[in-house]
Amino acid sequence: MIINEQTEPLEAIIVAKNLDFFYGRNHALKDINLNVYHRHVTSFIGPSGCGKSTLLRTMNRMYNLYPEQRATGELLLEGHNILDDSIDVNMLRAKVGMVFQKPTPFPMSIYENIAFGVRLHEKLSKEQMNERVEWALKQAALWDETKDKLGQNGMNLSGGQQQRLCIARAIAVKPKVLLLDEPTSALDPISTMHIEELIAELTTEFTIVIVTHNMQQAARISDYTAYMYMGELVEFGLTDQIFIEPKEKQTMDYITGRFG
Amino acid sequence: MDLHKKRKLVNKVALSMSLLAMAFGLFWLAWVLATTLKLGVTGLSWELFSRMTPPPGASEPGGLLNAIVGSLIMISLATALGTPIGILSGIYLAEYGRHTWLGQATQFINGILLSAPSIIVGLFVYSAYVAQMGNFSGMAGVFALALIVLPVVVATSENMLRLVPDTMREAAFALGAPKHVTILKVTLKASMAGVVTGILLAVARIAGETAPLLFTALSNQFWSINLNKPMANLPVTIFKFAMSPFKDWQEIAWAGVFLITLGILGLNILARIFLGNKNKQ
Amino acid sequence: MARTNPSRTLKAAMTNTEVSSFTDQTKHKLGETVFFNLTRAASLLTLLLLLAIIVSLIHGSWPAIQKFGFGFLLSGDWNPPLDTFGALIPIYGTLVTSFIALLIAVPISFGIALFLTELSPPWLRTPLGTAIELLAAIPSIVYGMWGLLYYAPLFAQYVQPTLNATLGNLPLIGTLFTGPMMGIGILSASVILAIMIIPFIAAIMRDVFAVTPPMLKESAYGVGCTTWEVVWYVVLPHTKVGVIGGIMLGLGRALGETMAVTFLIGNMNTFNGFSLFLPGNSIASALANEFAEAESALYTSALLELGLILFAITFIVLALSKLLLLRLSRQAAIKL
Repeated sequence: MIINEQTEPLEAIIVAKNLDFFYGRNHALKDINLNVYHRHVTSFIGPSGCGKSTLLRTMNRMYNLYPEQRATGELLLEGHNILDDSIDVNMLRAKVGMVFQKPTPFPMSIYENIAFGVRLHEKLSKEQMNERVEWALKQAALWDETKDKLGQNGMNLSGGQQQRLCIARAIAVKPKVLLLDEPTSALDPISTMHIEELIAELTTEFTIVIVTHNMQQAARISDYTAYMYMGELVEFGLTDQIFIEPKEKQTMDYITGRFG
Repeated sequence: MDLHKKRKLVNKVALSMSLLAMAFGLFWLAWVLATTLKLGVTGLSWELFSRMTPPPGASEPGGLLNAIVGSLIMISLATALGTPIGILSGIYLAEYGRHTWLGQATQFINGILLSAPSIIVGLFVYSAYVAQMGNFSGMAGVFALALIVLPVVVATSENMLRLVPDTMREAAFALGAPKHVTILKVTLKASMAGVVTGILLAVARIAGETAPLLFTALSNQFWSINLNKPMANLPVTIFKFAMSPFKDWQEIAWAGVFLITLGILGLNILARIFLGNKNKQ
Repeated sequence: MARTNPSRTLKAAMTNTEVSSFTDQTKHKLGETVFFNLTRAASLLTLLLLLAIIVSLIHGSWPAIQKFGFGFLLSGDWNPPLDTFGALIPIYGTLVTSFIALLIAVPISFGIALFLTELSPPWLRTPLGTAIELLAAIPSIVYGMWGLLYYAPLFAQYVQPTLNATLGNLPLIGTLFTGPMMGIGILSASVILAIMIIPFIAAIMRDVFAVTPPMLKESAYGVGCTTWEVVWYVVLPHTKVGVIGGIMLGLGRALGETMAVTFLIGNMNTFNGFSLFLPGNSIASALANEFAEAESALYTSALLELGLILFAITFIVLALSKLLLLRLSRQAAIKL
């Protein structure tokens, strides 16, 4: 994977500084320091329970839903600490979109699925909304398959289509960062391939952070990779470097399959 | 007899008994329904829907018009009163109050109200409303029935909302939707089939309730749609007529039983089909 | 990669997005507060309802409580013309009919649940389960009217003589099955009550049997158990708490059942012996029959006190049932 270093300078859009996370008493993330670079794909890998999903869910404060979960330290989005209580989480989530492991279409039409998120943040005319829906579906490579049935229930699509609908729904809000939590783990290989192609195209517009349990996937699609283990960030760097010559023995063991 | 044979025999006997138990249950259902059907159909006539309940020893055939209309009025108003409160309360229990003191207490108490004797509800409305107003009234009947609708709707709304996977909620929050928008536009919509089923079952339940109307709406032999006066209704009319020695009254009572049973079984089956179809999707 | 138009429109819209989302949020905050408090108020109302019922019943029965004190519970003298009231007969009738109903309904419900979970072909499970649940949908008054006119005569003609000729000859319990065979009375009402609570108990038993982990059952089948042995030695002990919870729920229903019992129990307020063939009275049917016609204030108050007693008993039984079922669902949640 080629990094666009020549065309534009690297800019960290998200910066984690001494980030800790707790599920009640369980210390789930320990002193995480890491940068997520603008318009690049960053992937988090590591064995189950290593904290990669937790780190992802900190970035849009999804943990706020659960009273026993809390984060300390700093997590800066464009220089603002999003862990701060004064941050409006709904606004934060307009800037940081998320797509989940399993497709989560809402019980409404394809069109309404996409318009739902947009309406929360913007007042658009009917025409503008139509344009936005079309734009989002095109971005998610779903337009050709759905343009004639926008009024149909989103739940009637296939699994891979549903996941692309969820991606379209997330990008329709025009976030800066898109968080993908194992987005292909519930999909067949062909749908997975479609989504991976899509992710590559989306970097022209968005910064992408992806959690994956599939190391080949991380190697294929990401520019930067973070390897985590037991709540700690073991190693972070360019994907090529992590996969070809990792600095830590632990990372080496994991990616060569001796462990995990 | 050797051990193996004995075990097999015990198994056979037990399973046969279970078959008999099933047959026993079905036997009563069939008997009650057959009786209702036979007597109800013979009692059906045009007069039933066009005439008022007859006075004792009437020379002309009577009907159930005032009772049918009274029942419909009270059932509709009670549903309209109990359903919104029930859904809101169910939303609180499933979406906001899962871990709060109020949520847990309400959930527990609602479970008890759900199965509490309906005659107690009648007593309560009598003391709190009828005794204060000084007379039996259709409105009192509406209150009593609404109090029975409420826990049914609370329980089904809560259960159906809880069936909506949390990932659906997270997906809405991840788009920046505030909680009330998520609930109204996503979770409630996803569980709509279940909530509607709950309402249908609640209507089915109050359609046949007699005990809570005995000392609230009472009954009325004449046409009256004044909610501040006693109001005729099917269950109490059936009770009165069934216990009476007059043959024409008993016939009308059977026709009433037939109408109620048909309506309630219809609602029950409709609710199940409705939920079943939605589940398959 | 397509780096064409979309990116430009995106950048143009970006600033726009931020401004409008700021203004939207305040509206959402207000909506959120209003909606949250609305649901909380509805929830609070449900809770207060119970309190209101208790308060109004105590308030209404206060004159009777003051007049008769604790003796109300122990006296069998119910005499409206003389304004003396004792609740023993209806309490006795309520407890005895409910107890007999359980004796009949529990084994039958167990059999039905066993049939539905283990024996029935899968395609028959839903229709048969629904049929049993429909038994609960039939209104009480229908059971009452049908019971009085169709079931009671047959009960008097066939069942009572048979019971009298068999169980009636046994020592000790024999006296329970003697007396007038009219088809109306405590036993007759109990049988109808049993039919009415079978669907509730059977449905819960079926549901709790269904949550037994398949691995547990398969392990038992694996060592060579018969179906009956798996159910009796594995499923039943595993779901014991839920089964008892279901039985308590049925009991709660039976205690407060009104119309069917009113038609069949005979509404007799005097005690003439322990025979189950004799007519009696239950709290609910006493209320149904007498409340609207109660003349004196004390009479009304005594009936309200009966209601209070009924509510107290059912409350305890239903609360126990709820606690047991809650415990089972926690257990299941931990194990799954």
